[in-house]
Amino acid sequence: MDPARFTQVDQTTWRIEPTGAMRVPGVIYADEDLIRDMDDKVYEQTANVATLPGIVKAVYVMPDAHWGYGFPIGGVAAFDADEGGVISAGGVGFDVSCGVRTMLTALKVSDITPVQKQLADSLYQQVPAGLGSKGAITLDSFEMDAMLQGGARWAIQRGWGKARDLERIEEGGQMVGAQPSCVSDRAKERQRREMGTLGSGNHYLEVQAVSEIFDEDAAATFGLKQDEVVVTIHCGSRGLGHQIGTEFLRDMLPAAAAAGIALPDRELACAPIKSEVGQRYLGAMRAATNCALANREIIGHYARRVFAHFFPNTDLDLLFDVSHNTCKVESHRADGGSRQLFVHRKGATRAFGPNHPDLPEALRKIGQPVLIGGSMGTGSYVLAGAPSSDEKSFASACHGAGRAMSRHAALRKWSGRQIVDDLAASGIMIRSPSMRGIAEEAPGAYKDVGAVVLAAEQSGLARRVARLRPLICIKG
Amino acid sequence: MAEAFEQAAVALTAIVTDAKIAEKNSAEVSCEAPDVELLLVDWLNAIIYEMAVRNMIFGRFKVTLSDTSLQGAMWGETVDQAKHSPACEPKGATYTALRVAQEADGTWSAACVVDV
Repeated sequence: MDPARFTQVDQTTWRIEPTGAMRVPGVIYADEDLIRDMDDKVYEQTANVATLPGIVKAVYVMPDAHWGYGFPIGGVAAFDADEGGVISAGGVGFDVSCGVRTMLTALKVSDITPVQKQLADSLYQQVPAGLGSKGAITLDSFEMDAMLQGGARWAIQRGWGKARDLERIEEGGQMVGAQPSCVSDRAKERQRREMGTLGSGNHYLEVQAVSEIFDEDAAATFGLKQDEVVVTIHCGSRGLGHQIGTEFLRDMLPAAAAAGIALPDRELACAPIKSEVGQRYLGAMRAATNCALANREIIGHYARRVFAHFFPNTDLDLLFDVSHNTCKVESHRADGGSRQLFVHRKGATRAFGPNHPDLPEALRKIGQPVLIGGSMGTGSYVLAGAPSSDEKSFASACHGAGRAMSRHAALRKWSGRQIVDDLAASGIMIRSPSMRGIAEEAPGAYKDVGAVVLAAEQSGLARRVARLRPLICIKG
Repeated sequence: MAEAFEQAAVALTAIVTDAKIAEKNSAEVSCEAPDVELLLVDWLNAIIYEMAVRNMIFGRFKVTLSDTSLQGAMWGETVDQAKHSPACEPKGATYTALRVAQEADGTWSAACVVDV
């Protein structure tokens, strides 16, 4: 995008002034290079979201943004139900509650190195990855509804997780307000054998080394030590979430028309929060959130099982579990007072600053861990929510590196085999059912994650705590 | 237009794999929508659903259109990771870049972005 299209507020804040049907401005947080590299469609999609009824303050766009479906990926928008505010299936995304969790092993890189290959093979065998893989768990209709109500709490009750994990998961591991009855039989059927599966695309399980510490105090509180090993899992609500997204996107088209909402893009299909479709979507979307929380808890359990085999005296502690495709009811300061808002984060991570009451006691003085997935070659980051995040972005930050080129373009440029060999030479072991999938997910197809997190820090969204370097990547 | 819909389905499979698909099993779907563009999205999403619940991938499609409703048949086989080396899993067809139109030369185009 041409930076001249924006009002530049400071080095990393770019404002789209409201014009036409826009009710609020758009605010993009990024440095000038990231802005230049973003597609013009990010601008259009940001301006489109700003036209929706009941929107509050501004549409915020994170430094990793790229153009998406209706909302830009990396878009944050909050709506007030009492002012005709809407909820949008496209604003949450197809993979409801897709997110990241990081678990601490307390092992050193030197502990892993002698068994790195065997560990990679075992993780790949234990965690079903990619299209065509099925989990070991089959849910009947009773268990399906229990899972959709209970989230990670359900998984733990069934023996797939540890009770102490719950305080380290957003919503305490269980999203309240879930309504399994709002989830269609087709969505449930799609999920029946998908629990504990990673999925594909950009989803992964990685074994990573803490390669750099930026903030000693925060790293110590988070349990991150130089050269120690962590396990990070990126996945979501699998087929159930995809089907809910598909069905409600379709249901929201007539709902928007009935409410007199002129959609600038059909993908922005939405319904008033206070409407039958809006309430039904909320019940289904919250159930899908529980599905994602349960799924990550189960995969975390599988990772624990594999690590226990290689390192019998090691237990994995959950650092934190975040979701980055969500709509949540939260209190935020806006227009002089505290308001209950429906905050959509589409490819954006919640980033509560220090002293937020929803954070567990042990993390409260530092702020929420914000887990940023990078590409399989370049590493990931752990950030901490900044004190100014609430005012800047409804307490949100980036979620990943963000794609810089299409899958098709990546496939033309790289070979999967070559990437696997190159990464192996630099100590990173990849396991995946598809060489083509690896080419499409090539590290070079992503933005510079270092530039993204630096821009998030400079913008006052979240500060850098540690950088993680991949050792093993199980790619779906 | 029916052939454009069939080719859109072939393109959907091409997102997943370059491998040749054997015709071992078949499935049938029917869709109805307010307009032909939404019908295209419904058709692709019906295929994605059949792929997911049957654990199959399809290589050939037959579409019969009547106004804004559709009868579709598809032929394929169970996904085999070793054979198909699936690059990704389609989550859903979207309304982004959605277009069903007759070109100047009389041929039909059917397109949309699929989220993977």
